[in-house]
Amino acid sequence: MGTIVEMIGVNKRYGSNHVVKDLNLTVNEGEFLTLLGSSGCGKTTTLRMIAGFEEPSTGSIKVEGIPVEEKEPYERNVNTVFQTYALFPHKTIFDNIAYGLKMKKVPKPEIKERVLEMMEMVQLSGFEKRYPAQLSGGQKQRVAIARALINKPRVLLLDEPLGALDLKLRKQMQLELKRLQKKLNITFIYVTHDQEEALTMSDRIAIMHDGIVDQLDTPVEIYEHPATRFVATFIGETNTYDGCVTSIHEGIATVTLENGAVKVKCDDSFSILEYATISVRPEKMRFQTMPHDGFELVAIVKDYIYVGAVLKCIVSLPNGNELKIERLAGQELPPIGSRIYPYWEPEDAVLIHNDSYKIFKILDEIKLA
Amino acid sequence: MSGKTSKHEFRSNTLPALVTVGPVALLLLFLVVAPLILVAVMSFCKTDEYYNVVYEFTAANYTKLLSVEYVKIYARSLLISFVTTFICVLIGYPFAYIIARTKSKKKKLLYMLVIIPFWTNSLIRIYGWRSFLGNNGWLVKLLTLMHLADGSAELLYKTGTTILGMVYCFVPFMVLPLYTAIEKLDGSLLEASSDLGARPLRTLIEVILPLTSGGIFSGCIMVFIPCLGYFFVSNILGGGNTDMIGNLIERQFKSANNWPLGAALSIILILLTILLVKIYQKLGGDMDSLGV
Amino acid sequence: MKKKGKEKRDKGLSILFCSAVYLFLFLPLFVVVANSFNATTTKPYLSWKGFTLDWYVKLWSNSSLLESFGNTMLIALLSTLLSTVIGTLGAVGIYRYKFKGKGIINGLLYIPVVIPEIVIGIALLTIFSNTGVPRGMLTLILSHVSFCVPYVIFNVRARLSGYDASIEEASMDLGANRIVTFFEITLPVLAPGIAGGALLAFTLSIDDVIISYFVNGQTKTYPLKVMESIKSGVSPDVNALSALLLLGTIGLVFITQSGILSGKHNKV
Repeated sequence: MGTIVEMIGVNKRYGSNHVVKDLNLTVNEGEFLTLLGSSGCGKTTTLRMIAGFEEPSTGSIKVEGIPVEEKEPYERNVNTVFQTYALFPHKTIFDNIAYGLKMKKVPKPEIKERVLEMMEMVQLSGFEKRYPAQLSGGQKQRVAIARALINKPRVLLLDEPLGALDLKLRKQMQLELKRLQKKLNITFIYVTHDQEEALTMSDRIAIMHDGIVDQLDTPVEIYEHPATRFVATFIGETNTYDGCVTSIHEGIATVTLENGAVKVKCDDSFSILEYATISVRPEKMRFQTMPHDGFELVAIVKDYIYVGAVLKCIVSLPNGNELKIERLAGQELPPIGSRIYPYWEPEDAVLIHNDSYKIFKILDEIKLA
Repeated sequence: MSGKTSKHEFRSNTLPALVTVGPVALLLLFLVVAPLILVAVMSFCKTDEYYNVVYEFTAANYTKLLSVEYVKIYARSLLISFVTTFICVLIGYPFAYIIARTKSKKKKLLYMLVIIPFWTNSLIRIYGWRSFLGNNGWLVKLLTLMHLADGSAELLYKTGTTILGMVYCFVPFMVLPLYTAIEKLDGSLLEASSDLGARPLRTLIEVILPLTSGGIFSGCIMVFIPCLGYFFVSNILGGGNTDMIGNLIERQFKSANNWPLGAALSIILILLTILLVKIYQKLGGDMDSLGV
Repeated sequence: MKKKGKEKRDKGLSILFCSAVYLFLFLPLFVVVANSFNATTTKPYLSWKGFTLDWYVKLWSNSSLLESFGNTMLIALLSTLLSTVIGTLGAVGIYRYKFKGKGIINGLLYIPVVIPEIVIGIALLTIFSNTGVPRGMLTLILSHVSFCVPYVIFNVRARLSGYDASIEEASMDLGANRIVTFFEITLPVLAPGIAGGALLAFTLSIDDVIISYFVNGQTKTYPLKVMESIKSGVSPDVNALSALLLLGTIGLVFITQSGILSGKHNKV
């Protein structure tokens, strides 16, 4: 698998607003890469720079090894599926889908053949003569995808393409998009703020936050081993604890929290007396009615919530912080108000460099500038 | 890197902005701004004995505007405009309300019927009124037949006739913004109001009028201001008995040939317009709803 | 039962009221049409002397009337064309680009709309006479363009405010350069706004009396011809021409209403 898109040291500023900060991103050929983040994190700007609607302030963007930042959108071999679909309201569905081929001056009979074939692939046969205003949201979505894919782009850019659809349709389109991507073997760069969507569809996810890619990895790695506190809290539910590393012994660190010491697996990037954050998923949390070796946490059971097969326990620590602990339903439970001792297997928890670590990085950057 | 800068220049917006907005800017400069400035300057100028404009400063034109005879005309202008506007609201509001909230399929047709008369020249229509109301006209004949008047009854050349003509000319300018405002009104608000115990009149006062006040304001502006200058209506229907500011200005530029005096009168009209528009904006009026 | 009866009464009152207003609006038109069939030949042509179609024939030999009508059409067509081009470009430019003085231009656009026409008329007369521009066809067209442009701009701008600029990006993304994009996408999508603006400009131009009255010189337009004849009584052939025009415009309304201009796909 070769590299198809490469962004090197890309920055984007609008006046004093620094939207994308020193972005380095490599996209492999044929992969489904998602840029995930909340609104304003710079993900859409990144996509628009690849498409050519925005120029990077500094840095370089290469598609198939060739720098493209000087090229107009119509000179790039990438196509975009827009969030608002951006269908041409005055053209029929057929003419919408045929537009790219018409611009390439493809002979008419070939256009017709390819458009009809594409319409069949996205299950829109029979809609040729309709206008966009006569279609449902899901149908418009398919037209937008067909209109981009018919040009056989090397890379397809999708900007929150499912954002306007209702939940059921969204789930269905997720599977369909994934199927199309595998079938056509086109690289997809997908922008979304929906983490579930990102986790189900992507080969890799780049989590963006404040114009920076926090982590670029497979969905499993991102879920199991979040690299930053932001990633840990952004993806799925988690419990976080801030504390100070007081000792490291055979890859297991003892971290002293406000509510007492706990144990967590760590690598050698951590040092003693470093402030760090621990993230433990609710399903990895355990508790018992007796203290557990190496853990000094004590909590009071506040509430139980049944969520189908699992049961969520809400417990509160002496400093008022609440923890979420998941248990399989049907197990015997201590009564609400009773005292419990939370713990976890040290290898089930993740130790994360604290945000202050990031601040030092940013300070370095400023010094360089 | 030199390629980069030229690209930036190409993508910068100076040229396209100049090409697109330039003509409008030139037009506004030479055919709106410059003429109005010239009028302002001329209003402070003298004339020689042949009524040629002499560019020497004088405030005499403005002092002349204070004569009793002129003040009477201003008062009449304001009165006619005010009464016209008031009648337009009285007729226009219920009318706009009914056609905007009708559930009939002919709604669009009803709307078009308001506009269609406007495609016949306004002078011809006003003249139509004159021949309808005149002493040989249809109405007098009808009234005579019904023994309500004798054949020599005179309905023309009265303030009331001028107001009738003005109302006729401007009622659509009241109806159209009101129609837009009332149509936007969410029907569920009226239901909510009646659900909460308000009788129809109460709903009108508490909900409908406040929410459509923007339409009323813009309608009033669009009636009151042009009404001051529609000199031909009072010429045709008022026969010189109901002169307004517009007639005064027209006379200075056409027959009396005293342009500086006409310019001073125009400046008064402009100031009045500015004042009314400022009040309109203060009341929360939107300039865009004045464009028809 | 009581409620039903009340509703019925309200509905009856509504219909009665609206009919009265429509009667008011159309009454002078009936008079105009009726006068066009009046057999009278003596000024001021007001007393009814029986029915005739003569005026519809005589109309075609009244050369000064026909000439004034020709002038009106020519001025309307040219000023509509000019103000549509200038106004469309302007609206797109003002919408899309940032530049100094944008606020001033936006404000100035309201002047011809708000200020009484008579003031615009005398102001244009003043500038034309001071700069020595001979009054006639040229000054009429320039004046009409100056008051039509704002209306075109407002119409196109209303269309632009519901305009999704990403369709232009989509077009470029699919391989069309800027010029192709303008003609393939921007222009057709704005077309209803442009057409509405042009129609309004045309209507304003053919109906204009006040401004034309001051800047016309020796050139007579149809409304000015009417104005001139009012003093001595409008002859029935002028009424006949108006009646024909009315028929024409009503016909045009029905054609356009039946769908040519209001294409379904343009609903956004």
